[in-house]
Amino acid sequence: MDLISGEKLEKMTSMEKIRLILDKVKNGKIVVLECGLTSDEEVRLIEMTMTEIRVDEFSGIEIESYPSKKEGSFLDKIFGRTLKGRMTVIGPANQLRTIEKDKYQISTKVSVGD
Amino acid sequence: MGFINSLKESLGSWIDRIFKKKRAKIGLYGPPNAGKTTLANRILHDWSEGESLGVASPIPHETRRAMRKEGVVIHANGSSIELDIVDTPGMATKVDFKEFMAFGLTEAESKKRAKEATEGVIEAIKWLDDLDGVLLVMDSTEDPYTQVNVVVIGNMEARKLPLLIVANKMDLPNASPARIKAAFPQHAMVQISALEGSNIDNLYQAIAAHFG
Repeated sequence: MDLISGEKLEKMTSMEKIRLILDKVKNGKIVVLECGLTSDEEVRLIEMTMTEIRVDEFSGIEIESYPSKKEGSFLDKIFGRTLKGRMTVIGPANQLRTIEKDKYQISTKVSVGD
Repeated sequence: MGFINSLKESLGSWIDRIFKKKRAKIGLYGPPNAGKTTLANRILHDWSEGESLGVASPIPHETRRAMRKEGVVIHANGSSIELDIVDTPGMATKVDFKEFMAFGLTEAESKKRAKEATEGVIEAIKWLDDLDGVLLVMDSTEDPYTQVNVVVIGNMEARKLPLLIVANKMDLPNASPARIKAAFPQHAMVQISALEGSNIDNLYQAIAAHFG
């Protein structure tokens, strides 16, 4: 399992983040992102995942994060500040299973050697 | 730049409100088997002389190509709105052909379906760039905290586009729209059964209010 700090993620472009995540997950790693991804990055990650699915090799990812927080403040909107992503866990679909999830907690089961 | 962009968006939003845009291209989104095609067919049945947009099936990823119907006029709240309806393939983060074999498909059929399903997810994502709003269809019997729901909602919020949550399958005994409302309280929700058509008039009123 790799825990990736928010500082590292901040220095990376969207494509670099997506590539990093997919490479690790395809190698069987569970990735925990301290600050998560933006909603646009998440959708691009799903898109790229779909292009890399291969029968009997890689069936996709399990990705879990919390629903977004409420909208930013008036000042955030004025200055064009967007909300940061929230902590996110991503893993191979055949190894990471979400057991339960709510607003405050994500429970997952990790299996080794599926 | 942030201030100018924000000002432009606010101005655009106010102009839309003042002149009440009466045409909208809306996408039906949601996980596989949430009832998107059943809902699209219900809307067309009610407002487009009984046409249908696609075939619904218990096997996931039955819809693997986006289907579009233009010029569907819905009358509600004393006014009318013309919709372009896009029924999108179910969004997913994984596609495993073995899942289809459990429904009786052969291995070859399952692998073909899986390939087409991945293409369908990409197509659904591409459509997000070309819509005026989204009907996010959820199965009321299922856990609403799926990443697909979180991602679609997050995207609509980031694009500042209207979103209406449709809590579907209310005809089933274990349906729990309250769970959906608790998960996403910041968004309007209408509970329906697309299969039976129950509460569908409330959905049309909400569509007119949200996208009109």
